[in-house]
Amino acid sequence: MADTVQTWSPGMRSVGLPVLGSQNLRLFLRRRSTIAFLMCLPLIVIIVGLVIYPAFYSIYLSMLNKTQTRFIGLDNFNFLLSRDVFRMVVEQTAIFAISAVFFKALIGLITAHLINNLPAKGQRKWRGMLLVPWVIPLALSSLGWWWLFDPTHSAFNYILESLGYDDVQWLGNPYWARFSVILVNVWYGAPFFLIMYLAALKSVPEQLYEAAAIDGANAWQKFRHITLPMMRNIIAITVLFSLIVTFANFDIVQIMTGGGPRNMTHVFATYSFMLGIRSGDLPLGAATSLFMFPILAIAAVLILRGVRKRGREIG
Amino acid sequence: MTDSRLHSRSREVSQSKVSRRNLLKSAALGSAAVIAAPYVKGAYAAGSLSLGVWDHWVPGANNTLTKLCNEWGAKNNCQVTIDYITSQGEKDKLTAAAEAQAGTGHDIMSHRDWNIRIHQEVLEPLDDVVGKLIAQYGPISPVAEYLAKIKGTWRGLPTTTGSQVKPCCSRFDLYQQHAGIDVRDIFPADESKWDKAKVDNWNWDTYLTSAQKLQQAGFPVGLAMGQTSDAVDWTGALFNSFGVVMVDGKDNIKIDSDETRTALEYMKKLMAANPPEVYAWDDAGNNRWLISGKGSGIMNPPSAWAVAKRDHPEVAAQCWTHPMPRGPKGRFVGQLPQFYGVWSFSKNKVAAKDLLLYISQKDSVAQLVQASSGYDLPSFKTMYDLPTWQTVEPPLGTVYGYPPRGDEQTSIAGAPARSEVGAQIYNQAINTVMVAKFTQGNEKLDDVIKWAENELEGTLRV
Repeated sequence: MADTVQTWSPGMRSVGLPVLGSQNLRLFLRRRSTIAFLMCLPLIVIIVGLVIYPAFYSIYLSMLNKTQTRFIGLDNFNFLLSRDVFRMVVEQTAIFAISAVFFKALIGLITAHLINNLPAKGQRKWRGMLLVPWVIPLALSSLGWWWLFDPTHSAFNYILESLGYDDVQWLGNPYWARFSVILVNVWYGAPFFLIMYLAALKSVPEQLYEAAAIDGANAWQKFRHITLPMMRNIIAITVLFSLIVTFANFDIVQIMTGGGPRNMTHVFATYSFMLGIRSGDLPLGAATSLFMFPILAIAAVLILRGVRKRGREIG
Repeated sequence: MTDSRLHSRSREVSQSKVSRRNLLKSAALGSAAVIAAPYVKGAYAAGSLSLGVWDHWVPGANNTLTKLCNEWGAKNNCQVTIDYITSQGEKDKLTAAAEAQAGTGHDIMSHRDWNIRIHQEVLEPLDDVVGKLIAQYGPISPVAEYLAKIKGTWRGLPTTTGSQVKPCCSRFDLYQQHAGIDVRDIFPADESKWDKAKVDNWNWDTYLTSAQKLQQAGFPVGLAMGQTSDAVDWTGALFNSFGVVMVDGKDNIKIDSDETRTALEYMKKLMAANPPEVYAWDDAGNNRWLISGKGSGIMNPPSAWAVAKRDHPEVAAQCWTHPMPRGPKGRFVGQLPQFYGVWSFSKNKVAAKDLLLYISQKDSVAQLVQASSGYDLPSFKTMYDLPTWQTVEPPLGTVYGYPPRGDEQTSIAGAPARSEVGAQIYNQAINTVMVAKFTQGNEKLDDVIKWAENELEGTLRV
């Protein structure tokens, strides 16, 4: 009870709140939980209005027929599963998200180690520079990349041709197009992993490494038996967050390929946009965008359960 | 009503006082009702009207529409406000979708391609406006009718602004030099001088032969084969000219036909004469190809020519816009009209309709066409005699062949299926994906047709 009824500060009682008049109101406002709630209220309103309400509305939309006049349950989801293109979109999104997250995590881990081993002065400079891709608005950087991959006037092809090599159809060939969008996603997202891993590395007690060195452990053994276990939670959380965000990616694919060629770079968000906005079938678009929700929710529960378990073990 | 209730009500009335505030409020409401309610064309009629209009890419073209709307507003004492909304990133479509869902927004909204069908439930019937214009100017474009006349009711009015067709835009110097074809001789800037034999000879076989020669000379034609409208439109026109029907008006899937096989076999040869990057082009890809000087021809409105005129005048001076090649079933060009729709939740529908009628008159249309250097295309064939298309240069008469003339018919990919089905076919680019699978992916013809059948079956979902 002490938590909820204790005064904001000892001096408050003597100052009092005479203008409020009511003793009950004074007590109410003195509660920490009340103040906390009031301070969070703007955020709660924003989340309810811009996240929770649209989420539930899209669930409702996904269960309507094309003209939004009839409730059809899960028919939209059944319909999607029967379509070749949608099945391809599921496969592509999985390839896109899993490979992008894997490489982001790998590059983030390597660069975090490299930076962590730099002198403190140099670290700041490198940290700042390597964060640049993450700071630039994604739509803008995607446009920059699109220019580099431009089907007719690609800057990369210009270099390749000037070195005597054949040009590459970065966006014209479906497989190169997949590579290109994954590359851009990795470029954009790797700094997030870098900064998280760097923070985790800094929290590993130096004494552990010293003890391991005394025992004759080499660099790999230190990494495997000290660094990795100490970073497991942060790795799990960053992978989870990144997986969710990458599964929902829209900008990169929409700007660079629009889902083509031959629908072979579509991901859920771009395919949903095509069905819902361009073709005017909002319920089907909503169903597409919600398709991964249960799978990601289960993944989130499992990963977070692991994080909690390890947290308890450490605690 | 019982006596007691009557009594209590009369007591309430008698007890109410006529305060200064109530009096002013009543007077204000009365004035507003007098001013706003009875909108009569040509009479003094205050009020306001808001438009959400496609943002024209031609500098200055928006100003002409604003001028016309302000003229009408001044005559009718109505304040007109216009928001020009870009189509980049489909922002105009997103805005329309948001307004339709929210049930509030502009009074008049412009809609591209299939959006009238999408929002038909919340669009006011415009039969009276379209009927008057048809009575004045004759038959309207069948593509516009297909897209905006739903269950016998016009839900949108075809605009001049932004409406377009996508015929051939060719480099006549390269065609002459490398393919031995003078497109200016076939299609001079005066329809009465067109020689039927020469025009008839401009067919897909001739086009293929010339495309192969131009490729050998290092100046290939650039025919977009991505999944955006430029690609879908010209491919749809070619399919029509070969007699390909994807889904008929009675929901029968007709894609598995000899016509489809012939068209796809033809496409295999034609796409081989194109640069490989056409599969990745968006709607600007073909424009850049022509403007760069590498390309000898594209299928596009005169926007590519207009940009070349600004950035590479030497290329623009060699461009000639002219009809599409003819196929076994006729000569077709892809048409993509835009429409104005009046939301059913608009507060000033009568005024909105009158404004639409005003800006659709031939005098207004002439100004809009002139402001866009001939890019904007009205949906009435009787307006194709406007002087802009003859006078625009360089070279003089370069866009004379832009409006469909001679035996060229307009078409849209997805037709003649029900427009709900056609919208899916068009927006999912089923025709270009088929071509890309067969020509770029080297999939078997039967497999491609089977894939298309499966996709078309999906479009029939109710």
